[in-house]
Amino acid sequence: EVQAASSEVSDHLSSKLLSKTHTRSAVNLPSHSLLIFITFSVRSQDIRNTVGNIPMEWYKDYPHIGYDLEGKKIFKPIRNKDELDEFLDKMENPDYWRTVQDKMTGADIRLSDEQVDLVHRLQQGKFGDVNFNEYEPAIDFFSNEVMIHPVTNRPQDKRSFIPSLIEKEKVGKLVHAIKMGWIKPHRPKETTPQYYDLWAKEDPNSILGRHKMHIPAPKMKLPGHEESYNPPPEYLMSEEERLAWEQQDPEYRKLSFLPQKFACLRAVPAYSRFIHERFERCLDLYLCPRQRKMRVNVNPEDLIPKLPKPKDLQPFPTTQSLVYRGHSSLVRSISISPSGQWLVSGSDDCTVRFWEVSTARCLKTVEVGGAVKGVAWNPNPSICLVAVSYDDTVVLLNPGLGDRLVCTATDQLISSYEEPEEVKDQPVQWAVAEGEGHEQGHRLILKHPKAVRQVTWHGKGDYLACVMPDNGNSLQVVIHQVSKRRTQNPFRKNKGLVQCVSFHPIRPYFFVATQRYVRVYNLIKQELTKKLMANCKWISSMAIHPGGDNVICGSYDCRLAWFDLDLSTKPYKVLRHHKKALRSVAYHRHYPLFASGSDDGNVIVCHGMVYNDLLQNPLIVPVKVLKGHTITHDLGVLDVTFHPTQPWVFSSGADGTVCLFT
Amino acid sequence: MGGLQKKKYESGSVTNYVSRNKQNKAFHLFEITDVYTVSICELIHASHRRLCILKGIYPHEPKHKKKVNKGSTAPRTFYLLKDIRFLLHEPIVGKFREYKIFVRKLRKAYGKAEWSGVQRMKENKPAYKLDHIIKERYPTFIDAVRDVDDALSMSFLFSTFARTGKCHVQTIQLCRRLSVEWMNYIIASRSLRKVFLSIKGIYYQAEVLGQTITWIIPYQFAHDHPTDVDYRVMATFTELYTTLLGFVNFRLYQTLNLVYPPKLDGQGEFSLKSECEEDYALESESYSEKLSALSASLARTVPLVEDEEAELDLFPAEGEDLEKMEAREKIELEQNEQKKLFEGLKLFLNREVPRESLAFVIRCFGGQVSWDKSLCIGSTYDETDETITHHIVDRPTIDKQYINRYYIQPQWVYDCVNGKILLPVEEYFLGVTLPPHLSPFVEESEGDYVPPEKLKLQALQRGEKPQAEDDEEEEEEEEEDDDDEDDQSEDEDEANLAEMEEKRAQGKSLSVKVTPGKVKPENRMRAEQEEKAEEKRLAIMMMKKKEKYLYDKIMFGKKRHVREANKLAAKRKAHDDSNKADKKKKKKKKC
Repeated sequence: EVQAASSEVSDHLSSKLLSKTHTRSAVNLPSHSLLIFITFSVRSQDIRNTVGNIPMEWYKDYPHIGYDLEGKKIFKPIRNKDELDEFLDKMENPDYWRTVQDKMTGADIRLSDEQVDLVHRLQQGKFGDVNFNEYEPAIDFFSNEVMIHPVTNRPQDKRSFIPSLIEKEKVGKLVHAIKMGWIKPHRPKETTPQYYDLWAKEDPNSILGRHKMHIPAPKMKLPGHEESYNPPPEYLMSEEERLAWEQQDPEYRKLSFLPQKFACLRAVPAYSRFIHERFERCLDLYLCPRQRKMRVNVNPEDLIPKLPKPKDLQPFPTTQSLVYRGHSSLVRSISISPSGQWLVSGSDDCTVRFWEVSTARCLKTVEVGGAVKGVAWNPNPSICLVAVSYDDTVVLLNPGLGDRLVCTATDQLISSYEEPEEVKDQPVQWAVAEGEGHEQGHRLILKHPKAVRQVTWHGKGDYLACVMPDNGNSLQVVIHQVSKRRTQNPFRKNKGLVQCVSFHPIRPYFFVATQRYVRVYNLIKQELTKKLMANCKWISSMAIHPGGDNVICGSYDCRLAWFDLDLSTKPYKVLRHHKKALRSVAYHRHYPLFASGSDDGNVIVCHGMVYNDLLQNPLIVPVKVLKGHTITHDLGVLDVTFHPTQPWVFSSGADGTVCLFT
Repeated sequence: MGGLQKKKYESGSVTNYVSRNKQNKAFHLFEITDVYTVSICELIHASHRRLCILKGIYPHEPKHKKKVNKGSTAPRTFYLLKDIRFLLHEPIVGKFREYKIFVRKLRKAYGKAEWSGVQRMKENKPAYKLDHIIKERYPTFIDAVRDVDDALSMSFLFSTFARTGKCHVQTIQLCRRLSVEWMNYIIASRSLRKVFLSIKGIYYQAEVLGQTITWIIPYQFAHDHPTDVDYRVMATFTELYTTLLGFVNFRLYQTLNLVYPPKLDGQGEFSLKSECEEDYALESESYSEKLSALSASLARTVPLVEDEEAELDLFPAEGEDLEKMEAREKIELEQNEQKKLFEGLKLFLNREVPRESLAFVIRCFGGQVSWDKSLCIGSTYDETDETITHHIVDRPTIDKQYINRYYIQPQWVYDCVNGKILLPVEEYFLGVTLPPHLSPFVEESEGDYVPPEKLKLQALQRGEKPQAEDDEEEEEEEEEDDDDEDDQSEDEDEANLAEMEEKRAQGKSLSVKVTPGKVKPENRMRAEQEEKAEEKRLAIMMMKKKEKYLYDKIMFGKKRHVREANKLAAKRKAHDDSNKADKKKKKKKKC
């Protein structure tokens, strides 16, 4: 209809005709066609739309729209009204409200009265035509009145009065099926009763294999006293417990309910989570993974290993009998004379003290130039010499204790040294002490290139090994020969940081403990014979069994590893007795004992029996925990050593004391 | 050497398991082939779940989870592959499908308003039975009896549901019927052993054919139905449980020569009928109610002969066997005694006490019980009966009291059952503060905390007369002290040792001068103990890492146990002390 309307517009029809089109098209008039109607009234100004129904944006940037018959541009009316003009126009022009712009031509159009009326009518939802009657009486074409003539003149089909063959066939089939019993009009009623003796014929053989895999669900936990409606008062929760219970996550609660007390049965209310609990049980039954768990009922006493009683393994030190007081700072190192009569201790207060073992009396105090790191008494009973290390110096002291003959002999031995003819260039400078030092007992002074941490004597008493730990791998260990005042550097290079060294008590072996390994060198053949793996993080100390076939290593990670050199390079046993880092370990020279001192302030004495029979492994039994040192600055026992003949153990601690346990 | 390299996770235990997701998928495939519904996923889960519940298929925790999980440690539930295969062969799957089709057809018929079709379809509604599943899951009767716990609890719960549409009315009725049957059986066989009034409900424990069966019944209140509970799951379980319980009941009734479905004994029936026939429109309903009143005995197929207890043949036994035999005989004697606990007593229930529970318990132990006629059907005698021995009341006072009977609170009945003796009634009189009600299921082992009430009960059972209160209290205190000592002794020892050593050390260091010492009396016992303790400590040091771990764990558990017991004891003591103080104050005030 819209197209029809526009075609008529282009044909310049008369206004009468126009009104006719209005009536025709007004029945359901789309809103955009309104503009098209409006275009007619402006026909008088010869502005036409010659471009047809195209998007007008295409001409947006041009001054014209389309062309006339001569091919000349049809210009748009000039629009140069600004806001002010617009406003004035609005104020002055009485027809402003009925002026619209034609988008097709760009011209302003003033709507006529009829057109305005039409717009109003359409806005109100009425028909465009004033004369249109929407409520005209309806004519009933197909009424209930029977007409004398049929509407169609077609004769009736034959099938409308002949019985249907297809239906007959279908019914026949059904009848046949019913006759044959294929179809039953009603489902046969169940004859068996609802319940009967299901297990009348119990056949144990019929149990399926599946039942062997079956894990029956555990029964529900039976309620305890606390679930009672009237529990004993101790099962009720106190206020704090109740608060704690409420704050806990329901999953982690020990009880799923709050115990309550009611005066009588009548007062007990319904339990609000009853259905929940049944439901949870249902879920558990079909959703919870099941597993058969064998719970072994272990008697904890059976787990404790059966060891020989410590009583049967006596003697061993049991009580703290003497305390040697005098040092004002930590006592890093102690050593005992081969006779067992004197004890030497070196401390951080830059003194070395000599004690009489039996009385705990300090016989002599020697001051040195730095914190003493290590002391070692010469194991040779015919020489009275003590090696003391501080800073980069090792001093050989003659304490002048004991047999005077021995002391003088020692002095003579040192002074009888004759310089060799050709002087070798040595890494260590040997000097003879003179003056005040000599009076104090200093005999020889060895200046090392680095700080010396540990000194240890060879069993014969002529060789002295010093450790200068250094991350650089050269010159960490030196061996001095006192009689010839000679120094050797046994290793061209050391692997890792050397912790401590030790001579084999009998054979010419040399043990070097680095951070994680203990290397055993043959000094004669000059080769590595064994490398022991300690399985610990950091070895702190090492001791060699007097038999020479067993080694113990203490480590900073609380372990003590016992190596049987004949057995393996791995520890025969690792003992974790101490709570803190081990500082020192020691073997007894005669008794089957060894001791370990640790930062937790304890000395643990163990029985460590080594059998001559090669097939029998060493027996290790802890026999005593000795406590005597107080822990200062997180340090407890720093050094332990055994008496050479008695089953006594000395320990020096960070509290500045030395203890004797007998 | 040679051959193809074996691929990981293609043989071994991994082939025995299937994860839940996969299993669902497998089921999905299986379903898809037959049914062409698109929105099947939900349905599958539901029907699958139902199958799992009915067939009793549950996930298994594999021994080596990582192996089965193909190297992953992600949490995953596993089913046995065989179980799932087994599910697919279940004939009931076909029945379920039939039912689904039926529902669909019915819906269609409703939609088209084909009422005759609807009628026909409803008549031909496919039905399925779970009999074979029960038989398969419980190949022997004893298996079924062993697993009847949950069935009972569930059926008792469902029987208390209101008919509000949470489940089918028929289910509720069936559950009620089965639970009443069960209770009647327990009464007839007198196999109830323990009852416990908890805050959740009433626990009962019976011994049926040598199996202890425990079930719980909620208190008689309307349920506040929770919204986060899937009633479909519960309904499926109930479906299975009712079937199981029905068969079990049938068989149990058979073993006692009782008629199934239960009939009331002839005389009782007659008298009951004559009493209140007019009140009930439906005879069957009134009959079932009479049954559930639990007051009359049941009809038997073979008339009951007053048979003496079948005496066991004596076999000559020696040593331990003899002891065991004797113990067994003793237990049996006790049980027989317990069965006749309330025999000869005539109890009357006031209207505020839980009638069903009390009637059940009293009848289980041979007592006679009755209640007000207006309260429930099936009362056998009136309140005015002069021969009533005990009147159970749960209110502070009662107006009209008869002289020749005890007025007691309901807890007495339950406590008597649990104590296996008739307890003195004084503590249970009206208006008296009741003694605590203890759980009969707790069996204290050594080192556990035993509440003093239990000790008192045990003394009563042994036949000792209750002592005066003061003595008791003293006793208790002593006991508690003992406990404390035991627990603390070790710690004390260590502390003492440390102290001694410290003292020694300090003594040495402080005093240079010599003072005349005192001879310390040597405590030999103590020294020995110390020595032993130290020996143990040293031996513990030598333990292997694994064993040490286990040992520590066990000891930790033990210590915790002791701690808990101590805590309870301390709490009790504080409570008693405060009570005593209150009493004293009151006395003073009176003075």
